[in-house]
Amino acid sequence: MRAATLLAIGDDDLWSRMFNFENYGELLGLVQNSILAGAVLGIVGGLIGVFVMQRDMAFAVHGISELSFAGAAAALLFGMNVVAGSLAGALVAAIVIGILGSRARDRNSIIGVLMPFGLGLGILFLALYPGRSANKFGLLTGQIISVDDPQLGWLSAISLVVLVSLLLIWRPLSFDSLDADVAAARGVPTRFVSLAFMVLLGLIVAVSVQIIGALLVLALVVTPAAAALRLSASPILVPVLAMVFGFVSAVGGILLAIGGSLPISPYITTISFFIYLVARLVGLRARPRPGLR
Amino acid sequence: MTASTPGHHHPSNPILSLKDAALGFGERVLWNDLTLDVCAGEFLAVLGPNGSGKTSLLKTILGQQSLDSGTIRFDGHPVRRGDRRIGYIPQQKLIPGGTPMRGRDLVALGVNGHRFGLPVSRGAERRQVDNLLESVGASHYADEPVGNLSGGEQQRLRVGQALAGDPRMLLCDEPLLSLDLQHQRGVSELIDRRRREHGTPVVFVTHDVNPVLGMVDRILYLAGGQFREGTPDEVLRSDVLTELYGTPVEVLRTGGRVVVVGIPDSETHHHGHGEAGA
Repeated sequence: MRAATLLAIGDDDLWSRMFNFENYGELLGLVQNSILAGAVLGIVGGLIGVFVMQRDMAFAVHGISELSFAGAAAALLFGMNVVAGSLAGALVAAIVIGILGSRARDRNSIIGVLMPFGLGLGILFLALYPGRSANKFGLLTGQIISVDDPQLGWLSAISLVVLVSLLLIWRPLSFDSLDADVAAARGVPTRFVSLAFMVLLGLIVAVSVQIIGALLVLALVVTPAAAALRLSASPILVPVLAMVFGFVSAVGGILLAIGGSLPISPYITTISFFIYLVARLVGLRARPRPGLR
Repeated sequence: MTASTPGHHHPSNPILSLKDAALGFGERVLWNDLTLDVCAGEFLAVLGPNGSGKTSLLKTILGQQSLDSGTIRFDGHPVRRGDRRIGYIPQQKLIPGGTPMRGRDLVALGVNGHRFGLPVSRGAERRQVDNLLESVGASHYADEPVGNLSGGEQQRLRVGQALAGDPRMLLCDEPLLSLDLQHQRGVSELIDRRRREHGTPVVFVTHDVNPVLGMVDRILYLAGGQFREGTPDEVLRSDVLTELYGTPVEVLRTGGRVVVVGIPDSETHHHGHGEAGA
Protein backbone atom coordinates (compact mmCIF):
# COMPACT_ATOMS: atom_id res chain seq x y z
CA MET A 1 0.00 0.00 0.00
CA ARG A 2 2.69 2.48 1.01
CA ALA A 3 4.86 1.41 -1.90
CA ALA A 4 2.01 2.05 -4.29
CA THR A 5 1.52 5.56 -2.94
CA LEU A 6 5.19 6.29 -3.30
CA LEU A 7 5.12 5.04 -6.82
CA ALA A 8 2.14 7.23 -7.59
CA ILE A 9 3.92 10.29 -6.27
CA GLY A 10 6.95 9.30 -8.26
CA ASP A 11 4.77 9.04 -11.37
CA ASP A 12 3.31 12.47 -10.81
CA ASP A 13 6.74 13.93 -10.40
CA LEU A 14 8.02 12.20 -13.49
CA TRP A 15 5.02 13.41 -15.47
CA SER A 16 5.50 17.02 -14.43
CA ARG A 17 9.16 16.82 -15.30
CA MET A 18 8.28 15.52 -18.75
CA PHE A 19 5.25 17.62 -19.50
CA ASN A 20 4.38 20.82 -17.72
CA PHE A 21 2.22 23.46 -19.30
CA GLU A 22 2.09 26.01 -16.44
CA ASN A 23 3.03 29.51 -17.58
CA TYR A 24 3.23 28.04 -21.06
CA GLY A 25 2.55 31.30 -22.87
CA GLU A 26 5.36 33.05 -21.07
CA LEU A 27 7.81 30.25 -21.80
CA LEU A 28 6.76 30.21 -25.42
CA GLY A 29 7.76 33.84 -25.77
CA LEU A 30 11.17 33.08 -24.33
CA VAL A 31 11.97 30.27 -26.71
CA GLN A 32 10.48 31.84 -29.81
CA ASN A 33 13.81 31.94 -31.60
CA SER A 34 14.60 28.35 -30.67
CA ILE A 35 11.34 27.31 -32.27
CA LEU A 36 12.17 29.26 -35.39
CA ALA A 37 15.62 27.67 -35.62
CA GLY A 38 14.10 24.24 -34.99
CA ALA A 39 11.50 24.81 -37.69
CA VAL A 40 14.02 25.77 -40.34
CA LEU A 41 16.35 22.95 -39.36
CA GLY A 42 13.50 20.42 -39.41
CA ILE A 43 12.51 21.46 -42.92
CA VAL A 44 16.02 21.50 -44.35
CA GLY A 45 17.07 18.34 -42.51
CA GLY A 46 14.09 16.52 -43.98
CA LEU A 47 14.92 17.75 -47.46
CA ILE A 48 18.62 16.91 -47.44
CA GLY A 49 17.71 13.54 -45.92
CA VAL A 50 16.13 12.52 -49.22
CA PHE A 51 19.59 12.69 -50.82
CA VAL A 52 21.29 11.18 -47.77
CA MET A 53 19.06 8.13 -48.25
CA GLN A 54 19.60 7.95 -52.02
CA ARG A 55 23.35 8.29 -51.69
CA ASP A 56 23.46 5.81 -48.83
CA MET A 57 25.11 8.27 -46.47
CA ALA A 58 23.42 7.76 -43.09
CA PHE A 59 26.69 6.55 -41.61
CA ALA A 60 28.49 9.57 -43.06
CA VAL A 61 26.02 11.84 -41.29
CA HIS A 62 26.85 10.20 -38.01
CA GLY A 63 30.58 10.47 -38.68
CA ILE A 64 30.32 14.15 -39.56
CA SER A 65 28.34 14.87 -36.42
CA GLU A 66 30.99 13.31 -34.16
CA LEU A 67 33.69 15.46 -35.75
CA SER A 68 31.41 18.43 -35.39
CA PHE A 69 31.11 17.59 -31.70
CA ALA A 70 34.91 17.52 -31.43
CA GLY A 71 35.10 20.95 -33.06
CA ALA A 72 32.48 22.37 -30.74
CA ALA A 73 34.16 20.88 -27.67
CA ALA A 74 37.49 22.35 -28.73
CA ALA A 75 35.85 25.76 -29.15
CA LEU A 76 34.30 25.45 -25.71
CA LEU A 77 37.65 24.60 -24.13
CA PHE A 78 39.55 27.38 -25.84
CA GLY A 79 36.85 29.96 -25.24
CA MET A 80 35.89 30.38 -28.88
CA ASN A 81 32.53 30.45 -30.61
CA VAL A 82 30.95 27.02 -30.20
CA VAL A 83 28.90 27.24 -33.39
CA ALA A 84 32.02 28.16 -35.35
CA GLY A 85 33.89 25.21 -33.83
CA SER A 86 31.04 22.89 -34.64
CA LEU A 87 30.93 24.16 -38.24
CA ALA A 88 34.68 23.78 -38.66
CA GLY A 89 34.66 20.18 -37.41
CA ALA A 90 31.69 19.23 -39.57
CA LEU A 91 33.10 20.82 -42.72
CA VAL A 92 36.51 19.19 -42.31
CA ALA A 93 34.86 15.78 -41.83
CA ALA A 94 32.43 16.26 -44.71
CA ILE A 95 35.15 17.33 -47.13
CA VAL A 96 37.52 14.53 -46.11
CA ILE A 97 34.76 11.96 -46.52
CA GLY A 98 33.71 13.56 -49.82
CA ILE A 99 37.21 13.52 -51.30
CA LEU A 100 38.47 10.17 -50.04
CA GLY A 101 35.26 8.21 -50.02
CA SER A 102 33.71 8.39 -53.44
CA ARG A 103 33.04 4.66 -53.32
CA ALA A 104 30.72 3.35 -50.61
CA ARG A 105 33.17 0.82 -49.19
CA ASP A 106 36.05 3.31 -48.93
CA ARG A 107 33.68 5.80 -47.44
CA ASN A 108 32.48 3.52 -44.68
CA SER A 109 35.98 2.56 -43.65
CA ILE A 110 37.07 6.22 -43.59
CA ILE A 111 34.08 7.13 -41.47
CA GLY A 112 34.70 4.17 -39.19
CA VAL A 113 38.22 5.46 -38.63
CA LEU A 114 37.33 9.15 -38.27
CA MET A 115 34.33 8.78 -35.97
CA PRO A 116 35.93 7.32 -32.82
CA PHE A 117 38.87 9.69 -33.28
CA GLY A 118 36.51 12.66 -33.32
CA LEU A 119 34.45 11.42 -30.42
CA GLY A 120 37.59 10.72 -28.41
CA LEU A 121 38.98 14.20 -29.09
CA GLY A 122 35.68 15.72 -28.09
CA ILE A 123 35.62 13.81 -24.83
CA LEU A 124 39.19 14.91 -24.13
CA PHE A 125 38.33 18.57 -24.68
CA LEU A 126 35.24 18.30 -22.49
CA ALA A 127 37.19 16.57 -19.71
CA LEU A 128 39.68 19.45 -19.77
CA TYR A 129 36.92 22.06 -19.83
CA PRO A 130 36.46 23.55 -16.37
CA GLY A 131 33.03 25.15 -16.98
CA ARG A 132 29.46 24.04 -16.30
CA SER A 133 28.74 20.42 -17.03
CA ALA A 134 25.37 21.19 -18.60
CA ASN A 135 27.21 22.71 -21.55
CA LYS A 136 29.31 19.59 -21.86
CA PHE A 137 26.51 17.17 -22.34
CA GLY A 138 24.52 19.66 -24.35
CA LEU A 139 26.82 19.09 -27.30
CA LEU A 140 26.13 15.37 -27.29
CA THR A 141 22.45 15.42 -26.43
CA GLY A 142 21.12 18.82 -27.42
CA GLN A 143 21.13 22.26 -25.89
CA ILE A 144 18.99 24.54 -28.03
CA ILE A 145 17.50 26.25 -24.98
CA SER A 146 20.95 27.35 -23.87
CA VAL A 147 22.02 28.70 -27.28
CA ASP A 148 21.81 32.48 -27.26
CA ASP A 149 19.84 34.55 -29.75
CA PRO A 150 22.59 35.80 -32.06
CA GLN A 151 23.73 32.20 -32.48
CA LEU A 152 20.19 31.05 -33.16
CA GLY A 153 20.05 33.65 -35.90
CA TRP A 154 23.19 32.16 -37.40
CA LEU A 155 21.78 28.65 -37.22
CA SER A 156 18.63 29.72 -39.04
CA ALA A 157 20.60 31.62 -41.66
CA ILE A 158 22.89 28.65 -42.34
CA SER A 159 19.88 26.35 -42.71
CA LEU A 160 18.34 28.74 -45.21
CA VAL A 161 21.56 28.90 -47.23
CA VAL A 162 21.58 25.09 -47.36
CA LEU A 163 17.94 25.06 -48.44
CA VAL A 164 18.48 27.46 -51.35
CA SER A 165 21.73 25.80 -52.46
CA LEU A 166 20.12 22.39 -52.40
CA LEU A 167 17.32 23.59 -54.66
CA LEU A 168 19.82 25.11 -57.09
CA ILE A 169 21.83 21.88 -57.49
CA TRP A 170 18.73 19.66 -57.27
CA ARG A 171 18.73 18.20 -60.78
CA PRO A 172 22.46 17.49 -61.23
CA LEU A 173 22.51 16.11 -57.68
CA SER A 174 19.56 13.80 -58.44
CA PHE A 175 21.29 12.62 -61.62
CA ASP A 176 24.56 12.03 -59.78
CA SER A 177 22.80 10.23 -56.91
CA LEU A 178 21.00 7.89 -59.29
CA ASP A 179 23.81 7.06 -61.66
CA ALA A 180 27.10 8.90 -61.33
CA ASP A 181 28.67 7.33 -64.45
CA VAL A 182 25.88 8.36 -66.78
CA ALA A 183 25.65 11.78 -65.15
CA ALA A 184 29.36 12.33 -65.81
CA ALA A 185 28.99 11.17 -69.42
CA ARG A 186 26.06 13.56 -69.89
CA GLY A 187 27.88 16.68 -68.73
CA VAL A 188 27.19 16.81 -64.99
CA PRO A 189 30.29 18.05 -63.13
CA THR A 190 29.97 15.11 -60.76
CA ARG A 191 32.96 15.88 -58.56
CA PHE A 192 31.80 19.41 -57.94
CA VAL A 193 28.24 18.28 -57.28
CA SER A 194 29.31 15.56 -54.81
CA LEU A 195 31.60 17.89 -52.95
CA ALA A 196 29.00 20.66 -52.85
CA PHE A 197 26.56 18.16 -51.39
CA MET A 198 29.06 17.16 -48.70
CA VAL A 199 29.62 20.82 -47.75
CA LEU A 200 25.86 21.39 -47.46
CA LEU A 201 25.56 18.22 -45.41
CA GLY A 202 28.38 19.39 -43.14
CA LEU A 203 26.64 22.73 -42.62
CA ILE A 204 23.29 21.21 -41.74
CA VAL A 205 24.86 18.61 -39.46
CA ALA A 206 26.70 21.36 -37.56
CA VAL A 207 23.40 23.16 -37.06
CA SER A 208 21.72 19.94 -35.91
CA VAL A 209 24.48 19.27 -33.39
CA GLN A 210 23.64 22.59 -31.73
CA ILE A 211 19.97 21.78 -31.56
CA ILE A 212 19.55 18.09 -30.84
CA GLY A 213 23.12 17.03 -30.11
CA ALA A 214 25.79 15.09 -31.93
CA LEU A 215 24.44 11.68 -31.02
CA LEU A 216 20.94 12.35 -32.30
CA VAL A 217 21.46 14.18 -35.59
CA LEU A 218 20.12 11.23 -37.57
CA ALA A 219 16.67 11.78 -36.07
CA LEU A 220 16.35 14.99 -38.12
CA VAL A 221 18.54 14.25 -41.13
CA VAL A 222 17.60 10.63 -41.85
CA THR A 223 14.40 9.56 -40.10
CA PRO A 224 11.98 12.05 -41.73
CA ALA A 225 13.22 11.21 -45.24
CA ALA A 226 13.18 7.49 -44.49
CA ALA A 227 9.57 7.83 -43.38
CA ALA A 228 8.65 9.80 -46.52
CA LEU A 229 10.25 7.17 -48.76
CA ARG A 230 8.04 4.56 -47.13
CA LEU A 231 4.98 6.44 -48.29
CA SER A 232 5.74 7.57 -51.80
CA ALA A 233 8.11 7.35 -54.75
CA SER A 234 7.07 10.67 -56.23
CA PRO A 235 9.96 13.07 -56.75
CA ILE A 236 7.75 15.88 -55.44
CA LEU A 237 5.81 14.22 -52.66
CA VAL A 238 8.83 12.57 -51.02
CA PRO A 239 10.74 15.83 -50.40
CA VAL A 240 7.55 17.60 -49.31
CA LEU A 241 6.62 14.86 -46.83
CA ALA A 242 10.19 14.68 -45.53
CA MET A 243 10.13 18.43 -44.86
CA VAL A 244 6.76 18.20 -43.11
CA PHE A 245 7.93 15.30 -40.94
CA GLY A 246 11.16 17.08 -40.05
CA PHE A 247 9.24 20.25 -39.19
CA VAL A 248 6.69 18.40 -37.03
CA SER A 249 9.41 16.48 -35.19
CA ALA A 250 11.58 19.50 -34.46
CA VAL A 251 8.88 22.03 -33.59
CA GLY A 252 6.64 19.47 -31.86
CA GLY A 253 9.58 18.30 -29.78
CA ILE A 254 10.48 21.81 -28.69
CA LEU A 255 6.87 22.71 -27.86
CA LEU A 256 6.44 19.61 -25.70
CA ALA A 257 9.77 20.04 -23.99
CA ILE A 258 9.78 23.66 -22.91
CA GLY A 259 7.53 23.21 -19.89
CA GLY A 260 9.37 20.23 -18.44
CA SER A 261 12.89 20.16 -17.10
CA LEU A 262 14.33 17.59 -19.52
CA PRO A 263 16.38 18.14 -22.69
CA ILE A 264 14.38 18.55 -25.89
CA SER A 265 16.15 15.79 -27.82
CA PRO A 266 14.14 12.81 -26.54
CA TYR A 267 10.93 14.58 -27.57
CA ILE A 268 12.22 15.22 -31.08
CA THR A 269 13.63 11.73 -31.56
CA THR A 270 10.46 10.10 -30.22
CA ILE A 271 8.17 12.08 -32.49
CA SER A 272 10.33 11.44 -35.53
CA PHE A 273 10.53 7.73 -34.67
CA PHE A 274 6.75 7.42 -34.32
CA ILE A 275 6.21 9.21 -37.62
CA TYR A 276 8.52 6.63 -39.18
CA LEU A 277 6.65 3.74 -37.53
CA VAL A 278 3.30 4.99 -38.77
CA ALA A 279 4.73 5.60 -42.25
CA ARG A 280 6.07 2.07 -42.33
CA LEU A 281 2.73 0.60 -41.36
CA VAL A 282 0.81 2.75 -43.85
CA GLY A 283 3.42 2.07 -46.53
CA LEU A 284 3.11 -1.69 -46.05
CA ARG A 285 -0.57 -1.48 -46.83
CA ALA A 286 -0.41 1.03 -49.65
CA ARG A 287 2.63 0.16 -51.69
CA PRO A 288 2.87 -2.82 -54.01
CA ARG A 289 5.95 -4.87 -53.35
CA PRO A 290 8.94 -3.58 -55.31
CA GLY A 291 10.14 -5.97 -57.95
CA LEU A 292 6.71 -7.48 -58.46
CA ARG A 293 6.56 -6.49 -62.07
CA MET B 1 49.55 -6.70 -87.43
CA THR B 2 48.05 -3.89 -89.38
CA ALA B 3 45.58 -1.31 -88.26
CA SER B 4 43.99 -0.79 -91.62
CA THR B 5 40.51 -1.99 -92.44
CA PRO B 6 40.72 -3.81 -95.73
CA GLY B 7 37.61 -3.99 -97.80
CA HIS B 8 36.04 -0.94 -96.19
CA HIS B 9 35.64 2.44 -97.70
CA HIS B 10 35.26 5.35 -95.34
CA PRO B 11 33.61 8.60 -96.21
CA SER B 12 35.95 11.46 -95.59
CA ASN B 13 34.47 12.75 -92.34
CA PRO B 14 34.14 10.07 -89.68
CA ILE B 15 32.22 10.90 -86.52
CA LEU B 16 34.60 9.02 -84.25
CA SER B 17 38.19 8.68 -85.27
CA LEU B 18 41.10 7.04 -83.46
CA LYS B 19 44.58 7.34 -84.87
CA ASP B 20 47.55 5.27 -83.70
CA ALA B 21 45.91 5.14 -80.30
CA ALA B 22 47.65 3.28 -77.50
CA LEU B 23 46.73 2.67 -73.91
CA GLY B 24 48.17 0.49 -71.18
CA PHE B 25 48.60 0.31 -67.46
CA GLY B 26 52.16 -0.14 -66.32
CA GLU B 27 53.67 -3.07 -68.19
CA ARG B 28 50.38 -4.21 -69.60
CA VAL B 29 49.37 -3.00 -73.05
CA LEU B 30 45.64 -2.86 -73.66
CA TRP B 31 45.89 -1.81 -77.26
CA ASN B 32 48.46 -0.30 -79.55
CA ASP B 33 48.38 1.36 -82.97
CA LEU B 34 44.62 1.39 -82.92
CA THR B 35 43.34 3.29 -85.92
CA LEU B 36 39.63 3.28 -86.39
CA ASP B 37 36.95 5.42 -88.00
CA VAL B 38 33.28 5.21 -87.19
CA CYS B 39 31.07 6.91 -89.75
CA ALA B 40 27.42 7.92 -89.88
CA GLY B 41 25.05 4.97 -89.84
CA GLU B 42 27.65 2.42 -88.78
CA PHE B 43 27.15 -0.19 -86.07
CA LEU B 44 30.46 -1.14 -84.47
CA ALA B 45 30.52 -3.93 -81.92
CA VAL B 46 33.49 -3.96 -79.54
CA LEU B 47 34.13 -7.50 -78.34
CA GLY B 48 36.70 -9.14 -76.15
CA PRO B 49 37.15 -10.89 -72.85
CA ASN B 50 37.13 -9.02 -69.55
CA GLY B 51 40.31 -7.05 -68.99
CA SER B 52 40.95 -6.63 -72.70
CA GLY B 53 40.39 -2.89 -72.60
CA LYS B 54 36.78 -2.58 -73.72
CA THR B 55 35.86 -0.42 -70.74
CA SER B 56 39.01 1.66 -71.10
CA LEU B 57 38.19 2.31 -74.75
CA LEU B 58 34.76 3.45 -73.67
CA LYS B 59 36.20 5.77 -71.04
CA THR B 60 38.60 7.15 -73.61
CA ILE B 61 35.72 7.98 -75.94
CA LEU B 62 33.94 9.65 -73.01
CA GLY B 63 37.03 11.75 -72.34
CA GLN B 64 37.49 10.24 -68.89
CA GLN B 65 40.72 8.46 -69.75
CA SER B 66 43.54 9.90 -71.80
CA LEU B 67 45.57 7.94 -74.34
CA ASP B 68 49.22 7.08 -73.85
CA SER B 69 49.81 8.08 -77.44
CA GLY B 70 47.86 8.78 -80.60
CA THR B 71 44.71 10.83 -81.01
CA ILE B 72 40.99 10.41 -80.62
CA ARG B 73 38.57 12.83 -82.19
CA PHE B 74 34.82 13.10 -82.03
CA ASP B 75 33.09 15.10 -84.72
CA GLY B 76 36.41 16.55 -85.79
CA HIS B 77 37.54 17.70 -82.34
CA PRO B 78 39.47 16.03 -79.53
CA VAL B 79 37.08 14.21 -77.20
CA ARG B 80 36.15 15.96 -73.96
CA ARG B 81 34.43 14.99 -70.73
CA GLY B 82 30.67 15.31 -70.53
CA ASP B 83 30.09 15.84 -74.24
CA ARG B 84 26.32 15.82 -74.52
CA ARG B 85 26.44 14.92 -78.20
CA ILE B 86 27.32 11.38 -77.15
CA GLY B 87 24.32 9.40 -75.99
CA TYR B 88 25.56 6.99 -73.36
CA ILE B 89 23.65 3.83 -72.48
CA PRO B 90 25.16 2.13 -69.45
CA GLN B 91 25.10 -1.42 -68.18
CA GLN B 92 21.79 -2.37 -66.75
CA LYS B 93 22.13 -1.71 -63.01
CA LEU B 94 18.81 -2.37 -61.38
CA ILE B 95 17.50 0.79 -59.73
CA PRO B 96 16.48 -0.15 -56.20
CA GLY B 97 12.87 0.02 -55.04
CA GLY B 98 12.11 3.14 -53.05
CA THR B 99 14.01 5.47 -55.38
CA PRO B 100 11.90 8.64 -55.48
CA MET B 101 11.66 8.83 -59.25
CA ARG B 102 9.12 7.84 -61.89
CA GLY B 103 9.87 6.53 -65.34
CA ARG B 104 9.48 9.96 -66.87
CA ASP B 105 11.89 11.48 -64.36
CA LEU B 106 14.62 9.09 -65.48
CA VAL B 107 14.15 10.22 -69.08
CA ALA B 108 13.91 13.86 -68.01
CA LEU B 109 17.41 13.63 -66.52
CA GLY B 110 18.64 13.23 -70.09
CA VAL B 111 16.87 16.45 -71.07
CA ASN B 112 17.76 18.74 -68.17
CA GLY B 113 19.58 16.66 -65.53
CA HIS B 114 22.81 18.55 -66.15
CA ARG B 115 21.23 21.93 -65.58
CA PHE B 116 21.64 23.89 -62.35
CA GLY B 117 18.86 26.10 -61.07
CA LEU B 118 15.45 25.61 -59.55
CA PRO B 119 14.09 22.19 -60.55
CA VAL B 120 11.11 23.48 -62.50
CA SER B 121 10.71 21.97 -65.95
CA ARG B 122 9.35 23.99 -68.82
CA GLY B 123 6.46 22.93 -71.01
CA ALA B 124 8.74 22.30 -73.98
CA GLU B 125 10.90 20.03 -71.87
CA ARG B 126 7.89 18.07 -70.65
CA ARG B 127 6.71 17.59 -74.23
CA GLN B 128 10.19 16.43 -75.23
CA VAL B 129 10.12 13.87 -72.41
CA ASP B 130 6.70 12.66 -73.59
CA ASN B 131 8.03 12.23 -77.13
CA LEU B 132 11.07 10.34 -75.92
CA LEU B 133 8.91 8.05 -73.78
CA GLU B 134 6.73 7.43 -76.80
CA SER B 135 9.70 6.67 -79.04
CA VAL B 136 11.05 3.96 -76.71
CA GLY B 137 7.61 2.50 -76.04
CA ALA B 138 7.62 3.43 -72.37
CA SER B 139 4.61 5.76 -72.23
CA HIS B 140 2.36 3.28 -70.43
CA TYR B 141 4.68 2.96 -67.45
CA ALA B 142 5.99 6.53 -67.48
CA ASP B 143 4.37 7.35 -64.15
CA GLU B 144 5.35 4.18 -62.30
CA PRO B 145 8.12 4.44 -59.71
CA VAL B 146 11.31 3.31 -61.53
CA GLY B 147 12.17 0.98 -58.66
CA ASN B 148 9.04 -1.04 -59.43
CA LEU B 149 9.96 -1.59 -63.09
CA SER B 150 11.74 -4.62 -64.52
CA GLY B 151 15.31 -4.43 -65.78
CA GLY B 152 14.11 -4.35 -69.38
CA GLU B 153 11.66 -1.55 -68.73
CA GLN B 154 14.31 0.47 -66.92
CA GLN B 155 16.70 -0.09 -69.81
CA ARG B 156 14.18 1.24 -72.33
CA LEU B 157 13.94 4.37 -70.22
CA ARG B 158 17.74 4.65 -70.28
CA VAL B 159 17.69 4.49 -74.07
CA GLY B 160 15.13 7.30 -74.00
CA GLN B 161 17.40 9.25 -71.67
CA ALA B 162 20.38 8.77 -74.00
CA LEU B 163 18.37 9.92 -77.04
CA ALA B 164 17.53 13.23 -75.37
CA GLY B 165 19.39 16.09 -76.95
CA ASP B 166 19.62 14.35 -80.32
CA PRO B 167 23.03 12.64 -79.93
CA ARG B 168 25.54 12.45 -82.79
CA MET B 169 26.62 8.98 -81.66
CA LEU B 170 25.37 6.27 -79.32
CA LEU B 171 27.85 4.66 -76.97
CA CYS B 172 26.54 1.51 -75.33
CA ASP B 173 28.26 -0.33 -72.47
CA GLU B 174 26.86 -3.86 -72.32
CA PRO B 175 23.32 -2.47 -72.37
CA LEU B 176 21.74 -5.92 -72.67
CA LEU B 177 23.54 -7.50 -69.73
CA SER B 178 21.19 -9.54 -67.52
CA LEU B 179 18.14 -8.84 -69.65
CA ASP B 180 15.95 -11.71 -70.82
CA LEU B 181 15.88 -12.54 -74.54
CA GLN B 182 12.72 -10.63 -75.28
CA HIS B 183 14.03 -7.44 -73.68
CA GLN B 184 17.44 -7.95 -75.30
CA ARG B 185 15.72 -7.88 -78.66
CA GLY B 186 13.48 -4.95 -77.74
CA VAL B 187 16.30 -2.75 -76.43
CA SER B 188 18.74 -3.58 -79.25
CA GLU B 189 16.04 -2.85 -81.84
CA LEU B 190 15.47 0.59 -80.28
CA ILE B 191 19.16 1.34 -80.63
CA ASP B 192 19.25 0.03 -84.20
CA ARG B 193 16.17 1.97 -85.21
CA ARG B 194 17.79 5.21 -84.12
CA ARG B 195 20.78 4.30 -86.30
CA ARG B 196 18.67 3.51 -89.34
CA GLU B 197 16.31 6.46 -89.07
CA HIS B 198 18.83 9.15 -88.10
CA GLY B 199 22.12 7.70 -89.28
CA THR B 200 23.43 7.88 -85.71
CA PRO B 201 26.43 5.58 -85.47
CA VAL B 202 26.50 3.06 -82.66
CA VAL B 203 29.53 1.86 -80.69
CA PHE B 204 28.33 -1.17 -78.81
CA VAL B 205 30.56 -2.78 -76.19
CA THR B 206 29.50 -6.31 -75.39
CA HIS B 207 30.87 -9.71 -74.44
CA ASP B 208 28.16 -11.48 -76.43
CA VAL B 209 27.62 -10.39 -80.02
CA ASN B 210 24.69 -12.71 -80.71
CA PRO B 211 21.80 -10.43 -79.71
CA VAL B 212 23.06 -7.77 -82.17
CA LEU B 213 24.70 -10.00 -84.80
CA GLY B 214 22.14 -9.06 -87.44
CA MET B 215 22.78 -5.34 -86.97
CA VAL B 216 26.56 -5.24 -86.73
CA ASP B 217 28.54 -3.77 -89.64
CA ARG B 218 31.96 -4.11 -88.11
CA ILE B 219 33.61 -5.72 -85.16
CA LEU B 220 36.57 -4.56 -83.12
CA TYR B 221 37.82 -7.61 -81.26
CA LEU B 222 40.24 -6.87 -78.40
CA ALA B 223 42.30 -9.57 -76.68
CA GLY B 224 45.67 -9.91 -75.03
CA GLY B 225 46.98 -6.49 -75.98
CA GLN B 226 46.07 -6.90 -79.65
CA PHE B 227 43.01 -6.42 -81.79
CA ARG B 228 41.36 -7.41 -85.05
CA GLU B 229 38.90 -5.26 -86.88
CA GLY B 230 36.59 -5.97 -89.79
CA THR B 231 33.18 -7.33 -90.73
CA PRO B 232 31.75 -10.16 -88.61
CA ASP B 233 32.70 -12.61 -91.35
CA GLU B 234 36.25 -11.32 -91.39
CA VAL B 235 36.79 -11.37 -87.65
CA LEU B 236 34.67 -14.15 -86.25
CA ARG B 237 36.75 -16.92 -87.81
CA SER B 238 38.71 -19.68 -86.17
CA ASP B 239 41.98 -18.74 -87.87
CA VAL B 240 41.67 -15.03 -87.06
CA LEU B 241 40.85 -15.51 -83.39
CA THR B 242 43.42 -18.30 -83.03
CA GLU B 243 46.06 -15.87 -84.23
CA LEU B 244 44.72 -13.13 -81.96
CA TYR B 245 44.62 -15.26 -78.83
CA GLY B 246 47.80 -17.14 -79.76
CA THR B 247 46.15 -20.42 -78.89
CA PRO B 248 43.75 -22.68 -80.79
CA VAL B 249 40.29 -21.12 -80.69
CA GLU B 250 37.31 -22.39 -82.58
CA VAL B 251 34.43 -20.31 -83.84
CA LEU B 252 31.23 -22.30 -84.23
CA ARG B 253 28.16 -21.06 -86.05
CA THR B 254 24.94 -22.78 -85.16
CA GLY B 255 21.43 -21.63 -85.86
CA GLY B 256 22.44 -18.03 -86.56
CA ARG B 257 24.48 -17.87 -83.37
CA VAL B 258 28.21 -17.58 -83.00
CA VAL B 259 30.02 -19.37 -80.20
CA VAL B 260 33.72 -19.05 -79.55
CA VAL B 261 35.24 -22.13 -77.91
CA GLY B 262 38.67 -22.51 -76.39
CA ILE B 263 39.38 -19.01 -75.11
CA PRO B 264 42.19 -19.33 -72.53
CA ASP B 265 40.91 -19.31 -68.96
CA SER B 266 42.97 -16.33 -67.91
CA GLU B 267 41.16 -14.25 -70.50
CA THR B 268 37.63 -15.12 -69.46
CA HIS B 269 37.26 -13.97 -65.89
CA HIS B 270 33.56 -13.59 -66.26
CA HIS B 271 32.96 -17.17 -67.34
CA GLY B 272 35.71 -19.06 -65.60
CA HIS B 273 35.80 -21.65 -68.34
CA GLY B 274 36.96 -21.75 -71.91
CA GLU B 275 33.78 -20.88 -73.68
CA ALA B 276 32.13 -17.57 -74.33
CA GLY B 277 29.76 -15.98 -76.72
CA ALA B 278 32.00 -14.23 -79.19
